Amino acid sequence: MSTATETQRKAPAGERVADWADGRLGIYGLAKANMRKIFPDHWSFMLGEICLYSFIIIILTGVYLTLFFHPSMNEVVYHGSYEPMQGIRMSEAYASTLDISFDVRGGLLVRQIHHWAAVIFLAGMFVHMFRVFFTGAYRKPREINWLFGFLLFVLGMFTGFTGYSLPDDLLSGTGVRFTQGAILSMPIVGTYISMFLFGGEFPGTDIIARFYSIHILLLPGIMLGLVVGHLILVFFHKHTQFAGPGKTNKNVVGMPLLPVYMAKAGGFFFLVFGFISVIAAIATINPIWALGPYRPDQVSTGAQPDWYMGFAEGFVRVMPGWEINLWGHTLVLGVLIPLVLFGVVLAALALYPFIESWITGDKREHHILDRPRNAPTRTGLGVAWVTIYFVMLIGGGNDIWATHFHMSLNAISWFVRIAFFVGPVLAFVVTRRICLGLQRRDKEKVLHGRESGTIKRLPHGEFVEIHEPLSPEQLHTLTAHEQYKPIEIGPTVDENGVERKPSALQKLRARLSKSYYGENNQIAKPTAEEYKEITSGHGHH
Amino acid sequence: MSSQQIPEENLPVEQGTAHGAVEGAGDPFADPGLPAHKPRIQDIDERAANRSERAVALMFTLSMLATVGFIASYVIFPVDQIVYIWPFGHVSALNFSLGLTLGLALFLIGAGAVHWARTLMSDVEVADDRHAIEATPEVKAKVLADFADGARESALGRRKLIRNTMFGALALVPLSGVVLLRDLGPLPEKKLRKTLWAKGKQLVNMNTMEPLRPEDVVVGSLTFAMPEGLEEDAHDFQSQIAKAALMIIRIEPDNIKDKREREWAHEGIVAFSKICTHVGCPISLYEQQTHHVLCPCHQSTFDLSDGARVIFGPAGHALPQLRIGVNSEGNLEALGDFEEPVGPAFWERG
Ligand code: HEM
Ligand code: FES
Repeated sequence: MSTATETQRKAPAGERVADWADGRLGIYGLAKANMRKIFPDHWSFMLGEICLYSFIIIILTGVYLTLFFHPSMNEVVYHGSYEPMQGIRMSEAYASTLDISFDVRGGLLVRQIHHWAAVIFLAGMFVHMFRVFFTGAYRKPREINWLFGFLLFVLGMFTGFTGYSLPDDLLSGTGVRFTQGAILSMPIVGTYISMFLFGGEFPGTDIIARFYSIHILLLPGIMLGLVVGHLILVFFHKHTQFAGPGKTNKNVVGMPLLPVYMAKAGGFFFLVFGFISVIAAIATINPIWALGPYRPDQVSTGAQPDWYMGFAEGFVRVMPGWEINLWGHTLVLGVLIPLVLFGVVLAALALYPFIESWITGDKREHHILDRPRNAPTRTGLGVAWVTIYFVMLIGGGNDIWATHFHMSLNAISWFVRIAFFVGPVLAFVVTRRICLGLQRRDKEKVLHGRESGTIKRLPHGEFVEIHEPLSPEQLHTLTAHEQYKPIEIGPTVDENGVERKPSALQKLRARLSKSYYGENNQIAKPTAEEYKEITSGHGHH
Repeated sequence: MSSQQIPEENLPVEQGTAHGAVEGAGDPFADPGLPAHKPRIQDIDERAANRSERAVALMFTLSMLATVGFIASYVIFPVDQIVYIWPFGHVSALNFSLGLTLGLALFLIGAGAVHWARTLMSDVEVADDRHAIEATPEVKAKVLADFADGARESALGRRKLIRNTMFGALALVPLSGVVLLRDLGPLPEKKLRKTLWAKGKQLVNMNTMEPLRPEDVVVGSLTFAMPEGLEEDAHDFQSQIAKAALMIIRIEPDNIKDKREREWAHEGIVAFSKICTHVGCPISLYEQQTHHVLCPCHQSTFDLSDGARVIFGPAGHALPQLRIGVNSEGNLEALGDFEEPVGPAFWERG
C-alpha cells in the first residue's frame, strides 16, 4: 500500500491523542505560538512565580481543609483529644479546627502549610509588585496587568483576613471585632453595614458562615480569574527584559518555554512547595489551641494580625481619638481617617502608572526595563511609599516594640506620627540623591573605564591608577537607557501673535516634568563625542 | 489632558534602539549584538554531563524515598505523640516527620528539575521578535466599519424607543438582586443603645456566677460582672455579653474626682462598661495605684477615678458608667440601663 497511510497507522499513541485534541481544540495552532516562546532570565522574574505557586498551594491545601472544617457558630462542649480544652464551650468552627489540629492525622501540617503559604503569597506579591514598580515594567502596554496585580494584592489581604478569622479563636475574633468597630465609624451607613454583615448585632451567629463563603468561594474565585488574566497578559505582551547586548525594544532574548523554562519553572513550583512544607513542619503558625475560643468579653494581650494587615492596624493605633459630636450625630474621625488613609495609600499605588504616563506624555510601548537609578524620581517615590508602609507596620506593633525594647508607648506613637509625615520626604530625597550618585558613577565608568586597582608611576613622578576601558557590551548596557527632556509650556504667544494662556493643568504638568527630568534631576548620558574626545585624549598622555 | 500632545522631540530615542545600525560603526556605544554562546563543562565533556545525569537521578530517587518515609510516618506515629527535637523544642512527632518528608520529596523533585535544566538542557539564548500590540490602521478601519454596519442594522440609533426602554429594563433588573439582600440583617434602630441592664437586675460575678455583694469588692481588685438571667448557653449569649460586660472596682469615695461618678457608685464601688470605646475590645488590664485601665488592643487608657476619661490612646470618649445600688438582699443591682451606648462610636450615637 502507499507509504503515506503506512506511516499514519504507525503514528505513536501520544500523537494520535494530540491529533484528536487538535481536531476539536486547535491545539497545534496554540502550541506553535507558545511551546517555544522565549522567556528572559533574571532572578527578579521569579518573584511572580513564587506568588503563583503559593497561590496554587493555598488552593490545594484549602480544599483539603474544607473537608474537615465546620463553618458554624453553634455552641458545643469540647470532648476531643486536646486535654486542656476538655469540657469548654466553644463554637463548632473552633472545635473543628482543634480536630483538624489534633485528631486528623496530617491535618495540622495542612493547616500550617495553608497559613504559611498565605503569608508567603502576600509577601511575594509585595516584593513582586515593587520589582515591577522600580523597573518601570508597568508602563505601556502593561498598565492593565499592573491593575490586575494590584487587585490581587488587595484581595489577597482580605482573603487572608477572612481566612484567619474562620477558626473563631480569641485572637481572630478580636480582629473581627476591630473590623466591626471600624465599620461602625462610617458616617450614615456604618450601623447598617454592620447589621447586614453580621446578620444583627456583633457577633451574632452568622459571621463565620458568611466569611467562609467569602473566603473559599467569592474572593478566591475572583482571584483565580485575575491570576489567569494576569498570566495570559504576560504571555501576550511577552516578558520585559533589561537592556543589554542584543536586546532591543523590538525583541525578547532568552530561552524557550520548552524545555528549559518549563523545567525551571516547574521545578521551582516543587522547590517552593517543599520549602513551605518544611517550614510548616518546624515552625508553628497560629496555634489557636493556646488562645482559646472567642468570647467578646475576653481578650489576649499582645494581639497582632498577620503581617499584611499590620499596616492598617498601624493607622488605627497611632491616630488621635478625634470625635466630633454635632446635631445629634457623631463623626468618628479617630477611626474613619485611618480607614480612609488606608484606602488612599493603596490607591496611590494603583494609579501611579497613569500619573507617570501623563507627566511623560509617552504613548509608546516599553519592553526594556529601567534600572532604578535611571529613574530617580520614580525610585524616590517608590521608596517613600515603602517607608510609609513600614512606618505603619511599626505603629501596628507598637506594644511589641514597647515591651521588647523597653520604650514608652507614647514615645513610639509620637515617633510613628511624625515619621508618617517626615519619613517619606526624607526617604525620597535620600533615594534620589543615591540614584543620581549612581548615575554619575556609571557615566564615569563609561568615560574613563573601570578602576583596575593597579597604580602606575608616570615618568614625571605622578602616581595614577590605571583605568581599564569597558567592553563594547558594557558600554552599550550602561548607555542604553532613555532620558526624557522636561516638557516646556512653550511660547505664550502663538505664530499669529495671539496670546495663549497655559491652563493650570499644563503648568502643573510642566512643573512635574521638570522635577522628573530637569537638569538637576537626572545626569545627562555620556555622548559619543564626549567619549571619543576623552579616549583620544588619553592617547596624548 | 490627553489632547495636549507632547512634541516628538521631547521624547527620548527609543530604548535599546538608540544605537542601532543607523548610527553606524562610529558609535562607541552601539549594540554589539548577542554575545557568543559560552559552552558549559557539560557541553564539551561527556563525563561531566554523565555526572550531572547521575546527580539529577539521585535527587529524584531520594524524593521517592522521602515519599515512602511520609507514608511510613503516617502509619507509625500516633497523632498525639510529642517529642523533643533540638532546637525546635517539643513538637508533634507526626507533624514534624510528615512535614519534613513531604518537604524533601517535593524539594528534591524541584532541585532535580532545575539542575537538569541548568546543566543538560541547551542554554543558548535566542531572540524572538516582538510585534506591536496595536492593530494596523487597516485592521482598525475594518473593525470600525464592521461595527458601524452592525449598529446600523440593529437600528438602535434610529429607534430611540427601543433603545431607551431597553436601557431602562436593564437598569432596573439588578434591583431585584439588591432587594434580595435586605434580609441579610435587621435595621439598626435602637439596638446599639440598649443592653440587658435594667433597673433591679443584679450584678453576677463572672468568676463565681453568684450575685455580687459589696463586701466581695475590695480595694485594688478588678471584678467582671454580667446581668443576672444571662445564661452561657443562651442563643444570644455572645451578642448580649458583647454589650453588657462590666468592670467593677472599689475606690475610696474621696479619691473619686468626678462628681457624677461618685453619685452613681455604691460606697465607692463603681461599675463601668468593659467594652473599649475605640473599636470594641474588652478591657483587661488594671493598674491598682492609679485606677487606670488599659485596653490591650490599641492601648487606650482610661482613668476610672475620673469618669473613665481617656488619658492615652486612640479611644475617642470615656467608658460609659452603670448606675448601681444595693437591693434588699444586700446584693449589688443596676439602677437602670447605661445612659449612653457602650462600645465604639457610630454616626447615630450623638
Ligand atoms: C496572585 C498574584 C500574582 C501572581 C500569581 C503573579 C504572577 C506573575 C508572573 C508569573 C509574572 C511573570 C514573571 C515576573 O515578572 O515576575 C508576572 C508579571 C507581572 N506582574 Fe504579577 N503576579 C501576581 C501579583 C502581581 C501584583 C501584586 C502586581 C502589581 C500590582 C503584578 C504586576 C505584574 C506586571 C505588571 C507583570 C508584567 C511584568 C513583566 O512582564 O515584566 N503582579 N506576574
Ligand atoms: S479597641 Fe481598645 S484601644 Fe482600640
